[in-house]
Amino acid sequence: MHGQKLIFEQSVSGRRGYLFPRCDVPVQETDLPDSLLRVETTGLPELSEVEVIRHYQNLGRRNFCVDVGFYPLGSCTMKYNPKVNEQVASLEGFLDLHPLQDEQTLQGMLQIIHRLTGDLCEITGMTWGTLQSMAGAHGEYTGMKLFRAYFASRGESSRTRLIVPSSSHGTNPASAHLSGFEVVEVPADKRGLVTLDVLKPYLDDRLAGIMLTNPNTLGLYEVEVAEIAREIHRVGGLLYYDGANMNAIMGASRPGDMGFDVIHLNLHKTFSTPHGGGGPGSGPVLVSKRMVPFLPVPDVVLQKGSYAFDWNRPESIGKISGFYGNIGICIRALTYIMVMGSDGLAEASRMAVLNANYLMERLKGTFHLPYNRRCMHECVFSAERIKADTGVTALDVAKALIDRNIHPPTIYFPLIVQEALMIEPTETESRETLDRFIEAMEDIHRLAYEDPSQLKSAPLRTEVGRVDDVAAARNPRVCFCG
Amino acid sequence: MSEIRDDVRYTENHEWVQLDGTTAKVGITDYAQDSLGEIVYVELPEVEDQFSQGDEVASIESVKAAAPVYAPMGGRIVRVNKKLEDSPELLNEAPFKNPIYTLEVDDPDEYAELMDSDAYADFLKERE
Repeated sequence: MHGQKLIFEQSVSGRRGYLFPRCDVPVQETDLPDSLLRVETTGLPELSEVEVIRHYQNLGRRNFCVDVGFYPLGSCTMKYNPKVNEQVASLEGFLDLHPLQDEQTLQGMLQIIHRLTGDLCEITGMTWGTLQSMAGAHGEYTGMKLFRAYFASRGESSRTRLIVPSSSHGTNPASAHLSGFEVVEVPADKRGLVTLDVLKPYLDDRLAGIMLTNPNTLGLYEVEVAEIAREIHRVGGLLYYDGANMNAIMGASRPGDMGFDVIHLNLHKTFSTPHGGGGPGSGPVLVSKRMVPFLPVPDVVLQKGSYAFDWNRPESIGKISGFYGNIGICIRALTYIMVMGSDGLAEASRMAVLNANYLMERLKGTFHLPYNRRCMHECVFSAERIKADTGVTALDVAKALIDRNIHPPTIYFPLIVQEALMIEPTETESRETLDRFIEAMEDIHRLAYEDPSQLKSAPLRTEVGRVDDVAAARNPRVCFCG
Repeated sequence: MSEIRDDVRYTENHEWVQLDGTTAKVGITDYAQDSLGEIVYVELPEVEDQFSQGDEVASIESVKAAAPVYAPMGGRIVRVNKKLEDSPELLNEAPFKNPIYTLEVDDPDEYAELMDSDAYADFLKERE
């Protein structure tokens, strides 16, 4: 890497951060068998404390996050994470909890789990759920297990087909496939929407259901969702809602009312918990009434004024995480919901949609907009035209934005748009920030025609310039071999 | 403009097929490799695998995306192009010279259902 050595390369044999006093008590023999005892040293780098601190501080300074600049990464909802979330999650009473404590000493935490589950159900129109799943794809996998348990309980294990539209998230077909379903991909129509017509050939007793993202990955609302739900249910199938794009519809429409049976949310997107840099994420799974018996154990219930774990769920799919989920993230999400209130959440979604439409309208004269209709929380442009005219690709546009202190949008996704640039501004950005982004995009567009070579070598102002992603993918070197 | 050859037939998923008796070589078109961008990995089927027309047979990963390769005709795999495992870039460099796999086809008549070069050229034009 340019400029800074790996921490392993900085290691000097024998250097220490701390010197421990000589051991003045007898060393105890361990009961572990010899085969489990380490005989070689760990090979960890040897540095002083200040060297370690400087190493990570300097790496951290190169990090780009939403606290540093605009981050319009499509479908990721990189909204600002209010610091009050952190303050609440850092309260002493939460920090020192242990998941194996007796439930009588966990009442506050259990109340948070219970209340957050209830609030999320109210926001989405579902009946009950679990906070155990660690992120979106884990939620999808849990959802597919719920589908299977439901069909098994009805003696309908022959339902193996699952419809996934081409405009869905990439994890949807992966989750369905991993859960043993046969994935049937259906195309979006010219408007970018799923229609009942393309589903009709699959509406039979082999159908397990459909996975839908609404709004879809083009940022468009699926206008036939109610009819689709009615027909899927009529033939005995189920509907799964990928909540990745929930930030578009809070307080306006609810997946439960649309007819979905199982959904997941991404707290690290819609509910302002950290995203990027590993999160950690949280992907609560919420279900309609008929799916409740199959939810993971333990449930948290309120009995005679106190909260308790309920493990007695004979039809449950079992446990899906070591304990109860990424609890610290759940505290942050509940803080966000309580600070915003129901009106505030609805306003957040309205502003997210307004911001996306503002960008779409201002930029569609410059960049090609393949699906030109009112968008929800994000919009998808194509760099196909400037690629044909100048050779400048979506990747080059993305790299040039980095030089302007803006995180690139999602590129080359969704796959149904060539040279896609998928832009999601979120509600937390000001008009001035959006205008600065528009200017940057217009400037890049102008340069593509005047001086494309400058864009081909972007970014120029970062410590690490254009990386060779092809070489990295073809010959990955993922470990340090000193 | 993408290269289109006259001695092969085409699918709407941008595969090319060349039938010789009852064996068919299958690859991806110049248009397909150009859309995918630089290809970094090819997942090949196993010899003796049996597929129906339209089944997913192989998959191709580029720096942009992963794309499935379908069976243009039903049949049994008799050869796979092992060179692509170490040199996936061959699909970018010479897509028509590097078939991905060869099928012993069940029904040679399926070949006539595929697009000829004129039809494929029109198909590409329509997409623009």
